[in-house]
Amino acid sequence: MPDEPILKVDGVSKHFKVGGRTLRAVERVSFDLGAGETLGIVGESGSGKSTLGRLVLRLLEADEGRVVFQGEDLAKLASNELRSRRRDMQIIFQDPLASLNPRMTVGAAIEDAMVVQKIGRSASERRHRTEGLLERVGLQPSAVDAYPFELSGGQQQRVGIARALSLGPKLVVCDEPLSALDVSVQVQIIQLLQELQRELGITYLFISHNLGVVQLISDTVVVLYLGEVVEQAGADELFERPQHPYTQALMRSVLKVPEELEKRAPLVALAGEMPSPLSPPSGCPYHPRCPLAMDRCKEEKPLLRTVSEGHMAACHKAGEAVTMGSAPAVLVTPSELAAS
Amino acid sequence: MADELLSVEDLHVEFERGDSKVYAVNGASFSVGPGETLGIVGESGSGKSVSVLSVMGLLRGSGQVTGGTAMFMGKDLLKLRRRQLEDIRGRDIGMIFQDPMSSLNPTMRIGDQIMEGMLSHQYTSRKGAFNRTLQLLDEVGIPEGKARFRSYPHEFSGGMRQRVMIAMAVACEPQLLIADEPTTALDVTVQTQILVLLRQLQLKGRMGIILITHDFGVATNVCDRIIVMYAGKVMESAPLVDFLARPAHPYTVGLKGSVIEVGTKAHQLRAIPGMATALTEPPRACPFAERCQLAADRCLEELPPLRPLGLGHYVACHRAEEVLAAAGTTVGAQVGGPVGGQVGGQVGGQVAQGVTARA
Ligand SMILES: Nc1ncnc2c1ncn2[C@@H]1O[C@H](COP(=O)(O)OP(=O)(O)OP(=O)(O)O)[C@@H](O)[C@H]1O
Ligand SMILES: Nc1ncnc2c1ncn2[C@@H]1O[C@H](COP(=O)(O)OP(=O)(O)OP(=O)(O)O)[C@@H](O)[C@H]1O
Ligand code: SF4
Ligand SMILES: [Mg+2]
Ligand SMILES: [Mg+2]
Repeated sequence: MPDEPILKVDGVSKHFKVGGRTLRAVERVSFDLGAGETLGIVGESGSGKSTLGRLVLRLLEADEGRVVFQGEDLAKLASNELRSRRRDMQIIFQDPLASLNPRMTVGAAIEDAMVVQKIGRSASERRHRTEGLLERVGLQPSAVDAYPFELSGGQQQRVGIARALSLGPKLVVCDEPLSALDVSVQVQIIQLLQELQRELGITYLFISHNLGVVQLISDTVVVLYLGEVVEQAGADELFERPQHPYTQALMRSVLKVPEELEKRAPLVALAGEMPSPLSPPSGCPYHPRCPLAMDRCKEEKPLLRTVSEGHMAACHKAGEAVTMGSAPAVLVTPSELAAS
Repeated sequence: MADELLSVEDLHVEFERGDSKVYAVNGASFSVGPGETLGIVGESGSGKSVSVLSVMGLLRGSGQVTGGTAMFMGKDLLKLRRRQLEDIRGRDIGMIFQDPMSSLNPTMRIGDQIMEGMLSHQYTSRKGAFNRTLQLLDEVGIPEGKARFRSYPHEFSGGMRQRVMIAMAVACEPQLLIADEPTTALDVTVQTQILVLLRQLQLKGRMGIILITHDFGVATNVCDRIIVMYAGKVMESAPLVDFLARPAHPYTVGLKGSVIEVGTKAHQLRAIPGMATALTEPPRACPFAERCQLAADRCLEELPPLRPLGLGHYVACHRAEEVLAAAGTTVGAQVGGPVGGQVGGQVGGQVAQGVTARA
């Protein structure tokens, strides 16, 4: 990274209180991101990805750590200053319907934000721009008059994308932005996001469970597990040479489209108890489920360390050229599937 | 097909929007038997959710079923009274909605919401429902159920809310599970755990499943049959073996060519050119014609019926035989549409303008 990063996240944590106990949602996460780059964030459901996205935009206050955006510590901004910076920092929410005002038409929702941020000279100019945006995310311009509940899940999601892009942001947190789209529209949106990035230098924080999409769109990827970064590397490096056993388990669990019926893979569930963020395991947070775990893993927490240039992992065994650990129990085989 | 669990025939659904109409579902037919999994894939906005919601009597807004039948255990669900449908819903048919946040009650504790269905359908006692709730939370991968029982939906992650919906849907051991995008917010390891759980329920109680998904990896690894929807119509209905080896509709071929997997490179991206049409009129010709590389005059004039092509394999395309014959050849690749760069180029260029121009 030649220039000063546009975004510096430095040791941010967020804990919630659940029934009098402490839940560690995000634990001391740090990364830098240069302008025009994309950081992919993957990890287990509930590992703190959305919480991290909100912390970065200061939609949620961190318990500790700093977020520096364009050289400014966001926590130090007064609320009116923060509001004016909002235009540069947008989010595509994971839950599109819940993030749209049910009493506002699609057009009004997008144009309202433009009015607040003083974009567009007249109502007709804003309407024109809104229709253009909708078309670019693959919606009919007539969608401006629709209410959110009148749209399909994927149409709502694309309204969320259009709204986030409408303000000309510099940083966009994309939280599962493609999960409700058919695969052809997914490709169109990815190409749109990449075009905008090339032309305008937009920076993306791209949260997704779709590992293929993350690899394709990201420069760097971090893997979260129980709120902590357990691995970080360039996108191709990470998916081609995963070092952390959790990342390896993720890669093994990806369901591919088989060429023919006989090539279907068995469904293999990860062995071991799901961990709880209310009582995280001692030592390595992954040790109760890790096929490679040794005594040291139960006691001593592995630190995130460099295993090869630009590739970091938090595992005592990372870098030891261990291949993916032994496969856990096969629970359902294709023949069982066929037999039913 | 006498032993189907649910059999939907020629379903039509319309909405009013302003002074025009939206023809969301235009003669869709599909069925699922006990122990079977039917996958529904297709265009965003093609009527997948509306089809299953209308069968369950849950259409929102101005939605109206204007034709068709939906036979479930000898009864036409579309003709049942509200009360009768409520009895079936949640007990005989479990439903996982596409949007968990808006389907859960924000002011009610998670645990109580899971228990509610079991109690209202008298599935078990209060104590039994409580214990089953803890067990279900564990099975869907939410540990420390006792502590999490008292949480509210906003305190859960997207994927955890999705798993709460799954727990609610299977709580009363339904005969049919309708799952609308049930695993979109789950990482692949938890997703597998959920798919294994559903499979186990299926093996135990012969539960039938209708699985709506955009994830071709999921659809092709768990479904017995897959139907492909476009513009409120079924374009193709194929046993998995044919869906994999002999897709016969240009739209199916195009979709399969758009799938992104680990290792897919930018230059391999393929989108189907163009965008979906507005459904302000019921289709009178092939609704895919304007985006189809194979479209001929006939396609623009005549609605292709869903017709048998092979054993259990149906397709709504005038030129399906040619699609099959072209498979594997260059024409086959073309059917999927040209390289997306062109499409993306157009699309992106315009947005870039819209975004930079500021007052
Ligand atoms: N407001 C809140 N109160 C209490 N706990 C919360 C709150 N928000 C999030 N959590 C908890 O923090 C953890 C992380 O949640 P988060 O939504 O960040 O996960 P995620 O990685 O985005 O998961 P998913 O992939 O399922 O969307 C979860 O255990 C969740 O229950
Ligand atoms: N309440 C409503 N009023 C008007 N139109 C509606 C309403 N609900 C759905 N529609 C329209 O009906 C069509 C089908 O919607 P549906 O939700 O079934 O799509 P879908 O196939 O589930 O798409 P997705 O994959 O995006 O979820 C869409 O064009 C949508 O805009
Ligand atoms: S009927 Fe014609 S236009 Fe429609 S999919 Fe077939 S070839 Fe293409
Ligand atoms: Mg999330
Ligand atoms: Mg839907």
